[in-house]
Amino acid sequence: MWKSPEPKKTYDVIIVGGGGHGLGTAYYLAKEHGIKNIAVIEKGWIGSGNTGRNTTIIRSNYLWNESAFLYDHSVKLWENLSQELNYNMMFSQRGVMNLAHNEHDIKEMKRRISANRLNGLDTQWLETRDIKRLVPIMNTDNLRYPVLGAAFQRRGGVARHDAIAWGFAMRADEMGVDIIQNCEVHSIKTKNGKVEGVKTSKGLIKAKKVAVVASGHTSVLAKTAGVRLPLQSRPLQALVSEPIKPVINTVVMSNAVHAYVSQSDKGELVIGAGTDGYNSFTQRGGYDVIEETVRAIVELYPIFGKMKMLRQWGGIVDICPDASPIISKCEVKGLYFNCGWGTGGFKATPGSANVFAHTVANDEPHKINAAFNLERFSDGRLIDEHGAAAVAH
Amino acid sequence: MILINCPYCGERDQSEFSNGGEAHVARPENSENLNDKDWGQYVFYRDNPKGIFYERWVHSHGCRKWFNAVRNTSTDEILAIYKLNENPPSKESFINTLKTPSGEPKVGSGNFTVKK
Repeated sequence: MWKSPEPKKTYDVIIVGGGGHGLGTAYYLAKEHGIKNIAVIEKGWIGSGNTGRNTTIIRSNYLWNESAFLYDHSVKLWENLSQELNYNMMFSQRGVMNLAHNEHDIKEMKRRISANRLNGLDTQWLETRDIKRLVPIMNTDNLRYPVLGAAFQRRGGVARHDAIAWGFAMRADEMGVDIIQNCEVHSIKTKNGKVEGVKTSKGLIKAKKVAVVASGHTSVLAKTAGVRLPLQSRPLQALVSEPIKPVINTVVMSNAVHAYVSQSDKGELVIGAGTDGYNSFTQRGGYDVIEETVRAIVELYPIFGKMKMLRQWGGIVDICPDASPIISKCEVKGLYFNCGWGTGGFKATPGSANVFAHTVANDEPHKINAAFNLERFSDGRLIDEHGAAAVAH
Repeated sequence: MILINCPYCGERDQSEFSNGGEAHVARPENSENLNDKDWGQYVFYRDNPKGIFYERWVHSHGCRKWFNAVRNTSTDEILAIYKLNENPPSKESFINTLKTPSGEPKVGSGNFTVKK
């Protein structure tokens, strides 16, 4: 699979965080930019953070041009990733449906569909009868918030979360990238406004460039380099049911009632909840959030009423004020951040890694991620995706 | 679920409350002279520590009064609660007794793998 080397004294690039985004960044740096002296440093095992804690939903139906280009860049990479990495991503384009429950939802979604189509995305409007045909088990009219329609992106879907971490890790390892697990980065060392390396539980490791992709803990690490990021870390919970026969062959999300669901190939329902209402690093979250989600799920799908849930967990997500990520340089030379993915980073994994590798290699952003800079929080060019992100990012 | 001891109503479930984010963020006095960067800091940037966090809560489904709390964000343990007109307790009063989620030596970006 991949080696577990001891860290060298010095690297060209150190990537902090061995999730999909970090490993992907190493892969694209080695493959497309010819940088081979790279270490990916992970405090646990690779993919043990939010890469292994999400609900694996992939889509690109975001409102604004910048987001549509970024997320669709990712979907396009997903479409060929199994071939490229020679590893089965189990990428299944089963479609992603966003339900509308009131007049405002309908207007907002139709506006988003129009914006998507202008950007070449395959989003379409579904009437309730179309939804019923696709998801017969859904209760559309006998509930507090009736289902009045949906936005549907057929190219959306799900993939296997472990596969993307392992696929990138194997191919990066083959190109000479050091994947160092069970090694925690404590702080980022800087001198005269330039990055020098990282202090870790295995000692100081020097590097010309340091790229931080540590999701919920990014702002904690940034602070050690004297960089302040506009992020807030919160638990985002998900749960999985006992396996059942196939009942739902698409992904259904509803921002209004705070619930989304898909069925894994093993037959388990994968259910996502909203974030907890306060900052926390506990990776658990509160049960009231789960209760609210399960209530909505049971109302939307009455046949799930007696089902048992097998597992529940939380991941710590880093949320930006405009619900869009930061893929950017900062005031410290040689220090780069890829963070702020909030509740929806999984879908963007290959795209984010691809443009972040470009940013790190050239010390300049790729045109796709140029707008996702830190300056937007002072010049006001926010990319407000609360509508596309909301609960179910 | 956290229990929060509202200074006006007593201990209640967290779901009765809403969180108001970081406490003691003062609006800049000289806003007409601030540059975009400093104004951006006030509008968008908030502390996000793992460990001791001074924050605001409101008892939305109770007395609807605001108050402040000090919470350890790595365990969700509430260390102190004080009213808006009271002085915040000093950070030093908690720092030596701070618990970590799995008994790590210190709260940082640490997790179980650094446990000695």
